[in-house]
Amino acid sequence: MSKTTDALLDGTGRFLDDRLRAARPVRGFLRKIFPDHWSFLLGEIALYSFIILLLTGTFLTFFFQPSMTEVVYHGAYTPLRGVRMSEAYASTLNISFDVRGGLLMRQIHHWAALLFMAAIMVHLLRVFFTGAYRKPREFNWLIGIVLFTLGLLEGLFGYSLPDDLLSGTGLRITQGVLQSIPIVGTYGSYFLFGGEFPGHIIIPRLYIIHVLLIPALLLALISAHLFFMFHQKHTQMPGKGRTNANVVGAPMYPYFMAKTGAFFFFIFAVLALLSTFAQINPIWLFGPYNPSGITAGSQPDFYMGALEGSLRIMPAWEWNVFGHTFAFNVFIPALVPLGIVFTGAALWPFIERWALGDYSEHHVNDRPRNAPTRTAIGMAAITFWGVLWLEGANDIIADQLQIPLYTLTWIARVAIFVGPVVAYWVTKRICLGLQRKDAHLLEHGVETGIIRQLPSGEYVELTKPVDEEMRAVLEYGRVGAPQLTGPPADAGEVPAPGARGPLGRMRTRLSRVLTEGIPVEADGHGNGHGNGHGSPAAVTAGEQEGARPAGPGPEHGGTDGDDAAH
Amino acid sequence: MQGSGEQFPPGDGAEELPESRAPHRVIGTPPPARARTLLETPPEDGPPEPRELPAGPSNLPQAKRAERLVAALFILSMLASIGFIAAYIGLEVGTVGSAGRSNLALGVSMSVAFGALAVGAVIWVRFLMPQVELTEERKPLASTRQQRDEFKKTFTEGAEASGFAKRPLVRRTLIAATVPLAIAPLVLLRDMGPLPGTSLRHTVWRRGMRLLVFGPNTPLRPADFAIPGQMITVVPDGYQDNLDVLAKATTIILKFGPGELKPPTVMNWTVDGIVAYSKICTHVGCPVALYEQTTHHILCPCHQSTFDAAAGAQVIFGPAARPLPQLPLTTDAEGFLVAASDYHEPVGPSFWERG
Repeated sequence: MSKTTDALLDGTGRFLDDRLRAARPVRGFLRKIFPDHWSFLLGEIALYSFIILLLTGTFLTFFFQPSMTEVVYHGAYTPLRGVRMSEAYASTLNISFDVRGGLLMRQIHHWAALLFMAAIMVHLLRVFFTGAYRKPREFNWLIGIVLFTLGLLEGLFGYSLPDDLLSGTGLRITQGVLQSIPIVGTYGSYFLFGGEFPGHIIIPRLYIIHVLLIPALLLALISAHLFFMFHQKHTQMPGKGRTNANVVGAPMYPYFMAKTGAFFFFIFAVLALLSTFAQINPIWLFGPYNPSGITAGSQPDFYMGALEGSLRIMPAWEWNVFGHTFAFNVFIPALVPLGIVFTGAALWPFIERWALGDYSEHHVNDRPRNAPTRTAIGMAAITFWGVLWLEGANDIIADQLQIPLYTLTWIARVAIFVGPVVAYWVTKRICLGLQRKDAHLLEHGVETGIIRQLPSGEYVELTKPVDEEMRAVLEYGRVGAPQLTGPPADAGEVPAPGARGPLGRMRTRLSRVLTEGIPVEADGHGNGHGNGHGSPAAVTAGEQEGARPAGPGPEHGGTDGDDAAH
Repeated sequence: MQGSGEQFPPGDGAEELPESRAPHRVIGTPPPARARTLLETPPEDGPPEPRELPAGPSNLPQAKRAERLVAALFILSMLASIGFIAAYIGLEVGTVGSAGRSNLALGVSMSVAFGALAVGAVIWVRFLMPQVELTEERKPLASTRQQRDEFKKTFTEGAEASGFAKRPLVRRTLIAATVPLAIAPLVLLRDMGPLPGTSLRHTVWRRGMRLLVFGPNTPLRPADFAIPGQMITVVPDGYQDNLDVLAKATTIILKFGPGELKPPTVMNWTVDGIVAYSKICTHVGCPVALYEQTTHHILCPCHQSTFDAAAGAQVIFGPAARPLPQLPLTTDAEGFLVAASDYHEPVGPSFWERG
């Protein structure tokens, strides 16, 4: 250890520790272990995008005027000189052309917003598909969903601020949707807009929500999200020596610190590069907002695409009864599809927990193939969202692919129902196929390509057993999660208390579907019928699952003796 | 906190390093962990504590190369940052071209400054730091039974001492007091906007109000708009710059040849085959700006609601549920196109009170 380090620790270190008694906690912090996997970086992308959003956003507030007062433009952009516009739009032009670095900061801000939302989406999917939301991480899952929702709002309000023709059109749609909500819609719209659309107050109001209210909520929730992650320790991918009772990886100091710092700079560099060469939201081309004007091909930012698509896909249903209007064609697509996705996502950990009767802690992630039903549900949700998202660009797609617009909408109207079912079925088959492949590897080993002739004249291919690292990965979490309780009552047994009644039967059925998988047969007869009955790893409530993988194996199989069934 | 009652001599923290829960993984030969100490007492005898992390990388020649590379990248980053400052000072903005050049210079230098730092740091971690994998035990997240019982006791004692449980009068009146307290801030939001009243049912169009061509803001005679198949946007005279008015009153007029207009178009409201519809889509209020002459279809670019202009702007396709309202037209004494009245039904998106 160098003299400088010593001097630093003895001087400054002592000064701080005398006052804070921080040596022990800070040492624990420095030695904190972070498991490594590329997919663990997705959340970091979101975090660093958020920090970049705060930095660039603060810069933008120094120059942006959140005002709808009309001014005549006299700035650098000659085509718009002499045009009447709001101060908001004029100041955005000013940032773009008259402030050094302004255009760069504006474009980084917008690109970072897109990256923030994209990273949240992918991170959320990673957490879902690997089962990382399971106990004890349900809070973080819920916080993540709230963060996603707030991010949607924050983005919508943010890109509405420049008051250009495109963003004004987005606001008009937002107002129309708000107005359609039964009973409270009209009042909600009048209160938000301070009267009729567009009014003169919406930009300042969106501004304070965009720069103070939602960012404060985001910051608080992100802090809680990180605190929980830190306190509960990160999950890890299955591997040799990795169990539910440990965490394997590199320490925070110096490894993770250096890597994550590098990652922050990398994200900043990519965003700066995009913002230099990939123009985004060129508001000067759109002109100031006017409710009489619009351009064809108006598109929201990508994360709002699903909402836009659900508005487009909806048939024209409207009721007029008892002097009131039920605009189903507007408020159903605005609320229901995303409501299903978000509510479903929020409830899922609890549904799965209940169906499986699985109350143990999980710190080792599942491989998606080993939870085929969960993976299939996730893919169905992606398909649902994806159809809406594509439908949100149906005019562009129709134009580019030369498909009639109405045909495309009808395809989407069918695909929104059929697509998720197909995705569910296909995903499940793929997962089970992959499980079968894994089972084959475990049962027969890896093919070597060496053909040997036996004394009898028979030719066989030599296989070698999979190595330990691979075995640990392949064996972990086979046949999904632990099953609820024993076999169903078809054997004339009395069903377990949790499996009685209609709800109980549903639970048993759900449990059976969720634990569907291809068992590995010790005797090598991998006939692979995937009914999941072979999973004997029943875990009682509250039992610590501990180090052992949840799956059938000779060492802990056969609690019900149903291994004999094969 | 364990040990909080003990007294440590100042600066003695080094002796109090907690034992790690992690099993020590030794890579390389460990030198004494603390070779030097300020303590006057000699260090205890016995083997030095094993290191958790080796002092250096295993592949030294590779590390040497990596070191030079990392230093080069950091210098590159430094130069790029200086370039960024130089570009800021040197490149003026104020025209589209100069803003573009400034953006290019600032953006490239910024990307290089961050990118070189990132790549340098990654190479540093990969080749200059020894590769380690440590294992840390997880403790169950749940507190022990005893800790929970202690918490329960503390909480219960507090609740009892406060009398919250024992004195229902205080408890209930407190709860009763908080309800209006919570409602009060909501009441404060009331003045965020006026009540809608019947404002959504009317526009500014009045009998005799001229239709101005949107943009040039000039009035229009039927003879100026004589070619069938045209569609233009018109706005009410005197309100051409009032966005609140335009958001409801913007209108499109279309010219049809004889016999092309069909019911339910109100023929009395047309002038020489010129028919006027609200431009505000009945779905969520976008301007219906696209018109296909051959089919007479008006298309909203937002959500593709399609209206048949020749037949009372009825909905042909898309999410809009109602036809575009028709504006009664006539001409004034000077022969200009004017409104004969306001719209006879609310324009724009649906709302609860519309009926």
